[in-house]
Amino acid sequence: MQKITNFVKENTVGFSSSLALLLLIFVLPSLFAGNDTLLWLDRFLIGLIMVAYVGYRFLIFRKNNPNFKYAESTTVVSILGALSAVAIGLLFGLIIMLFVNPSNSLSAFFVILRGGFNNIKSFGNMFYFSVPIILTGLSVAFAFRTGLFNIGASGQFTVGAFTAIFIGVRWGALGDISPFLHWGIAVIGAAIAGGIWGAIPGFLKAYRNVNEVVTSIMLNYVAMYIVSSLISVYVSAGNTFSRAVRSTAATPTLNLDVLFPGSSINAGIVVALVIALILHVVLSKTRFGYELKAVGYNRDAARYAGMNAKRLIVYSLMISGAVAGIGGAMGYLILGKTMSTAAILNPEGFTGIAISLLGLSQPIGVFIAGIFYGSLQQGGNLMQRYGMSEEIISIIIAVIIYASALALFLQKFVIRRLKSVERTAEEQIEEEKRGDE
Amino acid sequence: MDYIIEMLNITKEFPGIKANDDVTLQLKKGEIHALLGENGAGKSTLMSVLFGLYQPEEGIIKVRGEEVAIENPNDANDLGIGMVHQHFKLVHNFTVAENIVLGFEDTKYGFLEYRDAIKKIERLSEQYNLKVDVNSLISDISVGMQQRVEILKMLYRDAEILIFDEPTAVLTPQEIQELMNIMKELVAEGKSIILITHKLNEIKQVADRCSVLRKGKYIGTVDVASTSVDKMAEMMVGREVSFEVEKEEAKPSDVVLKVDHLSVFNHVINKNVVEDVSFEVKKGEILCIAGIEGNGQTQLIEAITGLRDSSEGAVYLNGKDISSLSIRDRNLAGVSHIPEDRHKHGLVLDYTLENNLILQSYFMNKFQQKGFLQFDAIRTHADELIDAFDIRSGKGPVTIARSMSGGNQQKAIVAREIERDTDLLIAVQPTRGLDVGAIEYIHKQLIAQRDAGKAVLLVSLELDEVMNLSDRIIVMYEGEHVGEFDPKHVTENELGLYMAGSKRSED
Repeated sequence: MQKITNFVKENTVGFSSSLALLLLIFVLPSLFAGNDTLLWLDRFLIGLIMVAYVGYRFLIFRKNNPNFKYAESTTVVSILGALSAVAIGLLFGLIIMLFVNPSNSLSAFFVILRGGFNNIKSFGNMFYFSVPIILTGLSVAFAFRTGLFNIGASGQFTVGAFTAIFIGVRWGALGDISPFLHWGIAVIGAAIAGGIWGAIPGFLKAYRNVNEVVTSIMLNYVAMYIVSSLISVYVSAGNTFSRAVRSTAATPTLNLDVLFPGSSINAGIVVALVIALILHVVLSKTRFGYELKAVGYNRDAARYAGMNAKRLIVYSLMISGAVAGIGGAMGYLILGKTMSTAAILNPEGFTGIAISLLGLSQPIGVFIAGIFYGSLQQGGNLMQRYGMSEEIISIIIAVIIYASALALFLQKFVIRRLKSVERTAEEQIEEEKRGDE
Repeated sequence: MDYIIEMLNITKEFPGIKANDDVTLQLKKGEIHALLGENGAGKSTLMSVLFGLYQPEEGIIKVRGEEVAIENPNDANDLGIGMVHQHFKLVHNFTVAENIVLGFEDTKYGFLEYRDAIKKIERLSEQYNLKVDVNSLISDISVGMQQRVEILKMLYRDAEILIFDEPTAVLTPQEIQELMNIMKELVAEGKSIILITHKLNEIKQVADRCSVLRKGKYIGTVDVASTSVDKMAEMMVGREVSFEVEKEEAKPSDVVLKVDHLSVFNHVINKNVVEDVSFEVKKGEILCIAGIEGNGQTQLIEAITGLRDSSEGAVYLNGKDISSLSIRDRNLAGVSHIPEDRHKHGLVLDYTLENNLILQSYFMNKFQQKGFLQFDAIRTHADELIDAFDIRSGKGPVTIARSMSGGNQQKAIVAREIERDTDLLIAVQPTRGLDVGAIEYIHKQLIAQRDAGKAVLLVSLELDEVMNLSDRIIVMYEGEHVGEFDPKHVTENELGLYMAGSKRSED
């Protein structure tokens, strides 16, 4: 208890801004509903507090590390490397648009750049569409940090989605008790289903040394076909689609739809943020994370240190699968949304791999990369009115991923730039000093 | 006399470091020229420049008096320069003859034609007294013979200048003697040899002249016959070094580790790699397991520490059977282990130094509470160990282990394991690949542990180390315990015979 109060005292600014944000995002909008001016003020304050807080943390960091050299920080360099990859992808998209439709290309390009920031609706939808991608991205990133390549996020997403739909459609009795209970059980069910689906390659990897890439990718197809038949047996709507979940199982909106009217935003984004934060804490602050990363970096050394490497591998893929499963729940616990029985692998799982790469396999990075993806998607939607096809977004994403794969090269470039910038700055300071003398 | 190779004022820079700084090396025709220096002194860089793997920033290379530009290893081959690498570059499932002609195969109508090649190989092997069986598979022949294959490979390509990179590291004393004779033979036939090594005895025995490098700088070239070993060591290290390890008489007391008829079965080759080995290690003594690499020492230690399952027998620690315990439980019962391969087992290279220093204790309440790591305690712990064991690194506790030098990585492991303060300390090749200074340091630490009443089990391939450190020696050959010796009453030669399997104690 003492520790908690101390922690709060030491982070007064952080806590007061979080409280203010919670109030501004979830409580006040419902009071302001219908009053446009107040809503805008609310949104403005939210943005202001966020920017101010980031700036404050940055200043504190500069104060504590006066000799910080950007070029020597792997974090800064990796982030700038990822940003250069994004820039390359966008430029490539622009070039393609110039070829396809020169007259509208610039206007369309700016729509893409503005992405989710085009209007309030697209802003809300940016979050809405990024949720499943963030969660599959987190799934892949978590496994990757522990040295495992989970290509099976698609299958884990699918079984999670089906389980959520099944509970959402058939276990209506739960909804009579409490809507939140119904939704919660559906999410937990999806997590368990995804976790089991992830644990299978985990067991094979740990105890039989079967490559998890092969087993998890194959389970994608197993999941796809099993779910396809299960839909037609248990939750069929009489055609090639499942029924949509009952209203009690739908993800609550927590007033977010008031803040961003017209959009489909719901609490999914909160779930994604909370899971990203939990994974971040687990990986960087806990004994369990220390063990998981040790196994990921060097399985032999982990064994030497007495860790149960096999069990850790199973845990890692199980958690990874559970996160992807929750992604499936978030994707389908939505009023009116139905799941197709068509034999198509869920694309979210594969986009997740790309987002994980772009987010540098860091939970917070993946969250931001996922939102960036959502933004691009919104830009792509709006761009269609300029006669551009939406698929240009897919090209841009693909080029970004290619460029990220060249990260090493980009990072070298970034380091060189940073060093020369820092050197010029130092020289200027020196010169000024000399001038003073 | 003419120089066959002259490397004049070579400077080779890597980002942040001058690997070679104005280095000159002149090789006379028909001499054995030793290149002496510690790890990281720039020997390999200099040879890589000669071999065309790196381009020097400054300096010129002359071969047979003519200035040449060596842009890649093919140029070096064309100039008659050949290299015997420390780690042999042989195809294991090819025969000796196939390996020798690899890359220079004769063909007839598109089919391989070995007859002439085999004749040439046989002629060469007779001329230089290099005994090999041309039809054996590489995987079936001894390390010494593999090295002869490497030498034949160069001779087959008509190399005039032969570079030997640490050639004795993997050989028994007898094989080393044989190699020395071969080198003399080669020189007598008009070849010239550059011998890269840090073993002074070998230089004294075989080399004509010796060039010394230290931290990338050229220190000088001396005539071996008229220079003492101590003088050369001083040139190499930059200060006087003592080769004798000072230690008092051991006072062994209670048995700490008892290995009882232990066998380890390997399913791949379908036989025991450790066969019925028994021994005891007592408090206050250093027991050394000597033997040539690959004679079951690794598997024996892994079976003791729990990294590998034993098939028969038992391991007792302080009288308690630990053979069915997990690795963690054995560690907690009192086993510290400085592992053979510091990169594979000893360190998580991508972790910071401070995280590596808690690798064996991260789960203790000191470093974690309710599952959350205690970063302050971890930092304090790291600072203490860095201070006490003089671990040097770029950024202190937050240095990534991968970026540290081999010697300091090893110091970190030694610090971590000694700090655990257990009854048994197992050290497997603790000084492998380290320079003289670090070796001295680690030897002192091991003896200090012994004197503090710990049981120390040392596995070493270096006979010097075995003779200097141990209080008792057992020799392993093909997984078996073939003899036990008192270092005061046995010669290196005698040990060598046991290590090579040509002698064994009858018991």
